[in-house]
Amino acid sequence: MNGASADMMAVAAARALRDGQSCFVGIGAPSTAANLARVTHAPNLVLIYESGCIGSKPKKLPLSIGDGELADTADAVVSVPEIFSYWLQAGRIDIGFLGAAQIDRFGNLNSTVIGPYDNPATRLPGAGGAPEIAASCKEVLIMIHQSRRTFVDKLDFRTSVGYGDGPGDRERFGLRGRGPTMVITDLGIMHPDPYTCELVLTHVHPGVEPADVLEATGWGLKIAGDVARTEPPTERELVALRRLQEGT
Amino acid sequence: MGQVMSLGEAVESLVHDGDVVAMEGFTHLIPFAAGHEIIRQGRRNLSLVRLTPDLVFDQMIGAGCADRLVFSWGGNPGVGSLHRFRDAVEHGWPGPLEIEEHSHAGLTARYVAGAAGLPFGILRGYSGTGLPAHTKNIATVACPFTGEEIAAVPALNPDVGIVHAQQADREGNVQMWGITGVQKEAILASSRSLVTVEEVVERIDLRPGGVIIPHWVVTAVAHAPGGSHPSYAAGYSVRDNAFYESWDAISRDRDLFGDWIRRHVTGAAR
Repeated sequence: MNGASADMMAVAAARALRDGQSCFVGIGAPSTAANLARVTHAPNLVLIYESGCIGSKPKKLPLSIGDGELADTADAVVSVPEIFSYWLQAGRIDIGFLGAAQIDRFGNLNSTVIGPYDNPATRLPGAGGAPEIAASCKEVLIMIHQSRRTFVDKLDFRTSVGYGDGPGDRERFGLRGRGPTMVITDLGIMHPDPYTCELVLTHVHPGVEPADVLEATGWGLKIAGDVARTEPPTERELVALRRLQEGT
Repeated sequence: MGQVMSLGEAVESLVHDGDVVAMEGFTHLIPFAAGHEIIRQGRRNLSLVRLTPDLVFDQMIGAGCADRLVFSWGGNPGVGSLHRFRDAVEHGWPGPLEIEEHSHAGLTARYVAGAAGLPFGILRGYSGTGLPAHTKNIATVACPFTGEEIAAVPALNPDVGIVHAQQADREGNVQMWGITGVQKEAILASSRSLVTVEEVVERIDLRPGGVIIPHWVVTAVAHAPGGSHPSYAAGYSVRDNAFYESWDAISRDRDLFGDWIRRHVTGAAR
């Protein structure tokens, strides 16, 4: 992923957030996008980090979910039991913002292991807050670099549930949030089909063709009849992004 | 209780081979000094418990202190992998490491139940994920009032709970503030507890957001200024992000790691 496509992914994801929403933010790309939204079009976005920081307003991007800047600029800092029970599992949070190592056509995510669980080729960090973010936030946005390694026909492990094996699975599992509503990559944007729950390519970023996205997907990705082209980053968005990145 | 002693004495009397040892601190206030003392004293066969193993458990696993790990997110925050943890899980080096894997919410529920003296904790979690198939300590229970099925995890009651805090007084009362994670629960859930502190003060003045742990639920307090480096203690230090980044290269290589431990941990005077 080059610098321009990383910028486009961050900008496209930031634009998906609306002012006044509450957003449970993972570290890395989701944190970049959520902070970009906050300093551009969504000044009242409430950023929530699993370290217990509610309403953080960092001037520079944190390296970890517990950097001092997040606590110092928060409206409230609560304990870890409180953030996961009173705030997340209670269904109070609008948007969950996740990344992962692998995604499948139903927006299920793997951040646990590549290869067999008991004899892994690559042991990844694991679940963290992701399974309950995916279960309980009203909606989930996913940011992930798109390639055949990440967009796979079958996950090596299901860490977080998107739509399971299709329609009705979220209800069967008792998951109360709607599930993933948008997947933003460095190539384009996908939305789940409202009937089949399968991801459909709806937008390609500047310089990318639907065929490129298909080539970078490990299954026969459905493509919308009218694929739109993402507006390139504006000068204002890029300046704000650089300012956040300085000093991280 | 809450006896103030040296870190060496505290680890010697509280932490034994084969113990279940919880060491908490969620990115902030991670008890590195205590971890290093456990490495220096050569403890073996520990079952280590932490939501985020972080560099402290990467070091203890690589140094051969543990044969079991209970955790929920094993990465170097914002950087990438914990390479000593990965080497243990992927290649059994320096020895096999059995894992019990949770989500943060699930492992937190284990601590909360342990602190409350309840047999198990409940959460809306795990449903539809691959974790219950691999972690026997995840089950479901039906709500006796509505019949709704929810996840259940057994109480966690470690032999020893270790945390780092900003302040203690000479009685052994403790205060921490900033991001306080699951530290209070870890102390209350454990049979014995050790709190390392930045500063021993004459009198504790309650801070905004301050969490007080009374001396009579703390076994030992040890003065360990800077004891959470490279994490941080709000009001005393800032997170050493550059060290977290440099750990990637140090920990990737068994020999470089061994050198680092010899130079900075086992070779260092108490």
